[in-house]
Amino acid sequence: MSAGAVAGRILAVAGKELLHLRRDRLTAGMILGIPVVLTVLFGYAINQDVRGLPAWVADQAGTSASRALVQALEATGVVTVTGTAADPAALEDGLARGRIVVGVYVPPDLETRLARGDRPLAQLLVDGSDPVVLSAVRGLVQQGRSVFLFGLRREDGFRPERMTARAGFALRALYNPERRSPVFIVPGLVGVILTLTMVLFTAVAIVRERERGSFELLVSTPVRSLELMVGKILPYVFIGYVQASVILALGVFLFDLPVRGSLADFYLAAGAFVVSILSLGLLISALARTQFQAFQLTFMSFLPQLLLSGFMFPFDGMPEPVQWLAELFPLTHFLRIVRGVVLRDAELAALSADLWPLGLFFLLFMSLATTRFRKRLD
Amino acid sequence: MSTEPASRNAARAPPAVAVSGLTRRFGDLVAVDGLDLEIPGASIYGFLGPNGSGKSTAIRMLCGLLRPDAGRIRVLGLEIPRRAEALRRRVGYMTQRFSLYEDLSVRENLAFLGRIHGYHGRTLRARIGERLDRYGLGGRADQAAGTLSGGERQRLALAGATFHDPELLFLDEPTSAVDPESRREFWEHLFDLVADGATILVSSHFMDEAERCHRLAILDEGRLVAEGEPERLMAEIPARVVEILAPAPRRVREAVLALDAVLHVAQLGTRLHALLDPAVPEPAALLARTLRERGLEGETRAVPANLEDVFVMATVGPRLAT
Repeated sequence: MSAGAVAGRILAVAGKELLHLRRDRLTAGMILGIPVVLTVLFGYAINQDVRGLPAWVADQAGTSASRALVQALEATGVVTVTGTAADPAALEDGLARGRIVVGVYVPPDLETRLARGDRPLAQLLVDGSDPVVLSAVRGLVQQGRSVFLFGLRREDGFRPERMTARAGFALRALYNPERRSPVFIVPGLVGVILTLTMVLFTAVAIVRERERGSFELLVSTPVRSLELMVGKILPYVFIGYVQASVILALGVFLFDLPVRGSLADFYLAAGAFVVSILSLGLLISALARTQFQAFQLTFMSFLPQLLLSGFMFPFDGMPEPVQWLAELFPLTHFLRIVRGVVLRDAELAALSADLWPLGLFFLLFMSLATTRFRKRLD
Repeated sequence: MSTEPASRNAARAPPAVAVSGLTRRFGDLVAVDGLDLEIPGASIYGFLGPNGSGKSTAIRMLCGLLRPDAGRIRVLGLEIPRRAEALRRRVGYMTQRFSLYEDLSVRENLAFLGRIHGYHGRTLRARIGERLDRYGLGGRADQAAGTLSGGERQRLALAGATFHDPELLFLDEPTSAVDPESRREFWEHLFDLVADGATILVSSHFMDEAERCHRLAILDEGRLVAEGEPERLMAEIPARVVEILAPAPRRVREAVLALDAVLHVAQLGTRLHALLDPAVPEPAALLARTLRERGLEGETRAVPANLEDVFVMATVGPRLAT
């Protein structure tokens, strides 16, 4: 066997592969598209420095000193004040509903505390379920004495010489005080795993009929497009529920995951999420011409969701335009709901801001897939 | 051939399919070019033509699966493609490629199609049992469709396409992948269906199959080049046919083709089949004389035209003339 013949056959195979790539425009586009889009997007978006955590202020002192304190806090950039609240209970409610991540409580006796300097000046309430967020706020508290207090002037009643080590911010971390990663990760994993499996199941659903040749028979029968679409996703809704239950049960038994909210809320939200991503899969299936293309599109839709939804990196750490983009992903909304229900005992009704987008995605993807799917061959 | 010449009875009834000016392009290629035809009910109508002659494209347009670029289609009185959904309950379609689910069993495939067509419960089970018996698949009921032989697959596909007793059945090259024995058996099933009142449109490139049709349309490059009952097409062929038995057929063929009156010569082993201009009075004698003059051996005799001759005249003939 001569080396030339070996090389000739290898080159014949390699040349044929290149021809396949050239014929498949989508795949050819992905060769450049994947690295360029993903590098730009993620390089820009992923930021381990947490900034702009949404916060409400319950300022019961209402003095120039309290305003200076809040301003100094905001000047660090770690928190962004998005509203005010009457009392700590209202702050806790905002945290439970996922409206804020940090609550700033300034007690009415700030003047006295400033004058005596032996007690905390204010309290930060933190949704501590995400360990990354928690350590960022913890950093704030430690900086507190050196940074925030300088926001105060003598006219505000500030006497630096009287300040003891206890003056500054008191930190109260809610929901995951032990800072255990699994507690934060596992509820999110329900969303991530479902996104991968559900989309993959349905992404090949129609395109497989095309490749097998059964498509032509199917479209010549009286089955309607919408009937076909609904029939295609129905079995996977059940499978989705099985998977969600298994992940949650593993979380409870292996990782001591506290399930604080109601299971009914969890399953209701999981159902809305599952149908929304199943219909995303169907849309991919209606767009792709081959199973290979369907796999690529699934991958292309999964990776941004994984990285930008708030599962891997804190959502509030991303630049605003990227956050807007991430609002378009079902996973982003489901993560907020599932963490709210499981970790913070939030009522599903209180999380409706993230529930209706899932319904909207379902209707949108489903109608696009049904419209795109024609019972014709041309 | 067992059935009554249903096409004659049906002449007064409205045609099952009526098509005028049907045209479909794919880019620069005109796949179907101004097709006009009428298919009478309760008969077998054949589309005969080589690959690429537009048979599949025409059938797909008649089913409403492809939209025509021009022309009018009426199938079972319905305007197509506008009323394609209404048509789907009344027609069966057997695709060229096996299109049932290979990983499902024979029974599961039939049950799926049955449910799509609205059968359920006891009716569905009874009908599946009846179809399995009728198409000789009883012993294969729980076997995966992908493991069936070619002939069994075709019978399963036919059982699927006729599950809902369609009035009209489209069969796109149903027997191109099966042996002659299975093909004969398959046609017996088709004649049974026609005897029960169904109309069948079948495409093929097999002459023996075309000969079994009540009527025939010969397609070439998307155009209708001949149409009628096979017997009449053979009787009215615009050519004289001479068979030559020759020990050196290649040289004889060359010599004969040199004559202006000879339109086409096909070889079948040591026999040659020559088509001559109908104006030639004594074609066998003419060829015999030619062979003698060239010093070639060969016996010539005039024979009746067969369907292949009709096909050749319809497809190759016009091209030779120009």
